[in-house]
Amino acid sequence: MNIKVLGAGCANCHTLEKRTIDALARIGSEASVEMVTDYAAILGYGVMGTPALVVDEQVVLSGRVPEVEELDEILAGSVPAL
Amino acid sequence: MQVRPRKPDTSYPWPALGLVAAVWVALYAFNRSLWDWVVLDLFGLEAGSHAGDGVHFFLYDTVKIGLLLVGVIFVVTVVRTFISVERTRELLGGRRQVAGYALAAVLGVATPFCSCSAVPVFIGFVAAGVQLGITMTFLIASPLVNEVAVVLVGGSFGWHIAGLYVATGLTIAVTAGVVIGRLGLERWVEPFVYETRLGAAPIGQRPSWRERLAIGRDEVAVILRRIWPFVLAGVGIGAVIHGWAPEGFFARYAGADDPLAVPLAVVLGIPLYSNAAGAIPLVEALHAKGVALGTSLAFMMSIVALSLPEIVLLRRVLRPRLLAIFVAVVAAGILAVGSLFNLVL
Repeated sequence: MNIKVLGAGCANCHTLEKRTIDALARIGSEASVEMVTDYAAILGYGVMGTPALVVDEQVVLSGRVPEVEELDEILAGSVPAL
Repeated sequence: MQVRPRKPDTSYPWPALGLVAAVWVALYAFNRSLWDWVVLDLFGLEAGSHAGDGVHFFLYDTVKIGLLLVGVIFVVTVVRTFISVERTRELLGGRRQVAGYALAAVLGVATPFCSCSAVPVFIGFVAAGVQLGITMTFLIASPLVNEVAVVLVGGSFGWHIAGLYVATGLTIAVTAGVVIGRLGLERWVEPFVYETRLGAAPIGQRPSWRERLAIGRDEVAVILRRIWPFVLAGVGIGAVIHGWAPEGFFARYAGADDPLAVPLAVVLGIPLYSNAAGAIPLVEALHAKGVALGTSLAFMMSIVALSLPEIVLLRRVLRPRLLAIFVAVVAAGILAVGSLFNLVL
């Protein structure tokens, strides 16, 4: 699983990064998390609302920081949500 | 971080919502009598005394603002689950007439996005072909006419003033956008913005009502957690001014006939970064002690619409010249509104 957090350094972006790392540890995934801070790259995903979460090049969430359990669900691969 | 157990999806949200709404109305209705009783009867402070007025103002205003914030953020957030930045961009694409600017201003108020998304939104709009001026109108209207500010102004100064605030805020946003659009400043946007290749916008699924209400509830918690220190500080300073500053204290320095008061208020407001929730109790108290209404509103608009962090952020996409014009046009708009209010009210 290839996971990216899109966001140019706002507080919410760091929160999402931290929660994503925590969630991966909880569900026992080895996937690493990459921060994408370049605006052109962020827009390349069609995302205008940061922070956003990209799993295997698919935008699964944008414009908000999800609750911990929602993030677990998304990363466990069950529900894509925006 | 602890994992909160999730309510089952089958739950029916309306009775709970009705109960919360009823409690809200009751608290709001009895707020003043409650603190009259606690402060004046229970603790025996005298109405009209420094401590009595200051303490009463602090308690009453904290509860009032808290209730208004909870109510408004919840309702606005739920309404906003029906609107997206992507849809707004579709609506604004290809428009150039004044009607397009007006639409941009209204959508700037209604569309959900935080100021930290201002840069990606700017790139996303401009690279997709939305006019520069219309994009600027959208970006100015969003922080300037803030739903939290509207309600707090209404609660503090009366709803006719809140209406004036909304109307003038939208006018500033439209005028500033039109001016920037007419000046033909496209070459002062950083070139990479036009070269950005936009990916297809992600497609969201329509949330259920239960999810919309949950999003509203979560947003209330997030915003309150972020702004409560500002609110308490604002109300606290307001309470001190309310209880201890002599009547007409500021009128001597910032009355309606002082030509320098409004420009000074705008300049002071730029480095002061707060959200509307913290600014309004302060502004309300200043006004109560003689600062003219126009000056007070200009101060508040400058605090919420022009902030140093946002200016620094926008530098990533705007060259210094356009950035300076942006700040100057918005500041001039606020100045005009403040002076006009002082003249006519």
